[in-house]
Amino acid sequence: MSKVLTIRDLPREERFAPGHRMCQGCGAAILMRHITKAIPKDAIIVHATGCVEVTTTLYPETSWMHPWLHIAFENAAAGASGIEAALKVLKRKGQLPAEKEIKVVAIGGDGGTFDIGIQALSGMLEREHDILYVVYDNEAYMNTGIQRSGATPQWAWTTTTPVGRVWRGEWRPKKDIIGIALAHKVPYVATVNPAYLPDLYMKINKAMSIKGPKLIHAFSPCVPGWRYEPSITITLCKLAVQTGLWVNYEIENGVLNVTTPVPKRKPVREYLKLQGRFRHLTEEEVNAIQKYVDEQVAHINKLVGKEVIGPVET
Amino acid sequence: MSSRLPSWKELPIGAVILEPGSSRRYKTPEWRTSRPVINQDKCIRCRICWSYCPEPAIIEADKPYVTSANKRYEISYLIDYDYCKGCGICAQECPVKAIEMVPEVR
Amino acid sequence: MGKVVPLSGNSAVAYAVKSADVDVISAYPITPQTTIVEKLAEFIANGELDAEMIHVESEHSALSAAVGAAAAGARVYTASSSQGIALMYEIMFIASSLRLPIVMTIATRALSAPINIWNDHSDFMAVSDTGWIMMMAENNQEAHDDIILAYKIAENPEVLLPVVTALDGYFMTHTTEPINVIEREEALSFAPKRKTWFTLDPDKPVTMGALGDPQWYFEFKKQQYEAMKKSREVIERSIDEFARVFGRRYNAVEFYGDENPEVVLVAMGHVVGNIRAYLNKMRSKNSRVGVLKVKLYRPFPEDLIVRYLEDVEIIGVVDRALIPGSSSPGPLHSEIVTALRKHEVNTKTLSFVTGLGGRPVTHEHIGVMLSKLSELKDKPVSELPREPLFIGVRE
Repeated sequence: MSKVLTIRDLPREERFAPGHRMCQGCGAAILMRHITKAIPKDAIIVHATGCVEVTTTLYPETSWMHPWLHIAFENAAAGASGIEAALKVLKRKGQLPAEKEIKVVAIGGDGGTFDIGIQALSGMLEREHDILYVVYDNEAYMNTGIQRSGATPQWAWTTTTPVGRVWRGEWRPKKDIIGIALAHKVPYVATVNPAYLPDLYMKINKAMSIKGPKLIHAFSPCVPGWRYEPSITITLCKLAVQTGLWVNYEIENGVLNVTTPVPKRKPVREYLKLQGRFRHLTEEEVNAIQKYVDEQVAHINKLVGKEVIGPVET
Repeated sequence: MSSRLPSWKELPIGAVILEPGSSRRYKTPEWRTSRPVINQDKCIRCRICWSYCPEPAIIEADKPYVTSANKRYEISYLIDYDYCKGCGICAQECPVKAIEMVPEVR
Repeated sequence: MGKVVPLSGNSAVAYAVKSADVDVISAYPITPQTTIVEKLAEFIANGELDAEMIHVESEHSALSAAVGAAAAGARVYTASSSQGIALMYEIMFIASSLRLPIVMTIATRALSAPINIWNDHSDFMAVSDTGWIMMMAENNQEAHDDIILAYKIAENPEVLLPVVTALDGYFMTHTTEPINVIEREEALSFAPKRKTWFTLDPDKPVTMGALGDPQWYFEFKKQQYEAMKKSREVIERSIDEFARVFGRRYNAVEFYGDENPEVVLVAMGHVVGNIRAYLNKMRSKNSRVGVLKVKLYRPFPEDLIVRYLEDVEIIGVVDRALIPGSSSPGPLHSEIVTALRKHEVNTKTLSFVTGLGGRPVTHEHIGVMLSKLSELKDKPVSELPREPLFIGVRE
């Protein structure tokens, strides 16, 4: 078990510069700021095309302070694989100092990871590259203007799953990216949430200490895409956990550990009602989501073997 | 930025950016419709506003402060108005309501 | 000097890649390229080459991983054919725009549909606008030597562009010829490993692959254009040095035949060899014919081509790819017509499209093309066919 961190332990030094063009209150911006603090200085970042990529590297300026590479949308995992392989051989051949340990971190959005990048991700995971892949999941193609992705949750409005007389928003459940990663028998997967920063640091630290492919799935609220007031990004992050809709956990060598237990849950309605993308929901539809969350919670409790996520407080 | 942009001959090849963190040159004050103002007397130095700032535009400064109740703090949290976009997360999350969002008047 | 060994075209390429001491090989199997990578895997497995092989899950990832590895400072190699090249298309532009000196072999093959694993130049021509330096070999020795030349050119600080070295699928990849193998020491002394490009280094962190808005994008395209132009000089110098060191000279453009030709066939790849053999056979007939081999396709050596063709009565351009709907459906023909027009040279041109999907270009076909040219050489331009002549297709 790694050292328990508190908010006091977060490094003061910024490794992600302001002046980026991410939206007011962007969840992904909070994530990037802390991911760059949590990973070592000696790390190379490979970024998939997406919101964060375009808003942080407008030539001639960059927000990144690590060596950073963007190639295209669907290939962050493949590009990272190439870097990892290069570092290994260059060290072996004496073209890089043997004592220098350089880590490789790939970052992609849900579109670049769940959808178009899934093949490259699968290859990276299967080939056992020593890479941490972080997916910041804002649950749609936000960069191009809120089109649904494989990560869009059921019932959510997007511009390609609009609400009309026939459609009620997205009608298929979210893809299980962690399940896909686990099918590759990776040593470490985890979920993180910007409201729970010490937890995020502990998981990144742990991921960095484990050799092999790691996947971290990060909750990433999007102000314009989810249609809420920018000031409540963290409130939403907390509500997602407090309702049991999002569970902070890690799975290390197959062992599940819920890192943010929730003794008493809030009704999922509390989370949904703050977002314009769920504004159209009827009572019945909200109940359907509540049922989905209840089932997910029961499943996790069963896997853990005790009640880590409690019942809904009435 | 100078008014004259460099020619192709003057730019490093491949659009490589050589200066890390150079987006600092780009300021975003005009993104704001309201600005957070920290009441240094009320602030308990909990670090929450600093930790949740997406820019980052809250500086954790080694600047001592003595409150009106005569409590001495070794650090102060300062808003960097060059980068603050006025999202209001800091004010929303402050546990002692020490941050007020004040409308920008331009 | 190295030893002479009988090698298939693909093995010849693999031996050169080994001698270039590449660091990372990232490739995906596809016919007829596959045996290059199989051979390289064997070298690594036997400890003859110290390299990382990335067994990627697609060609798209093959080139993406190659971009990552080159950005990290490695000497990188990949190879593919046909559909694999088509799948790499997106990343080919990015590799050249990021100015990474990757070397890739195309074992040339037709593009689907119908699916066809045999040779033509459809894949090569389809990626000729991606900003890579591109060359095509006529025989296996040349395919071997091109790899060493390619690293020398690609990594030159005045160039820093990726290079395609091509050889004809099956006709070369799977036929055996005696190869004078360049040994590792010779290869590395000719093309030493130097870090000449921007790399991802935590001690000097750079951002690569930034967003270039309308205010910036254009300047980087101009840079690429100038680097490609500049590469002509570097290529010429490298060819000269290669000839001095190894005693084999591969000019960007090479003429073979009558000293004062009236009729010239222009071709690329192994077909040039067929035409040479045909001309040798016909030499007794004392005809004023020749063949112009185009080795270097990007940058297109238009100045040399014009010099060779300006006093020729009529040329026939042998294309082994087809672009339906183009004003010149043969891509090589299109390049040559443009070059002649630019230099105000009035040599008459005919476009021959032949040998698609692995159909052999036989001596009979060469004979048909040459007699067509002889027949038309004294006609006015207005009477020449404006469409390509399809040689060897069933009407």
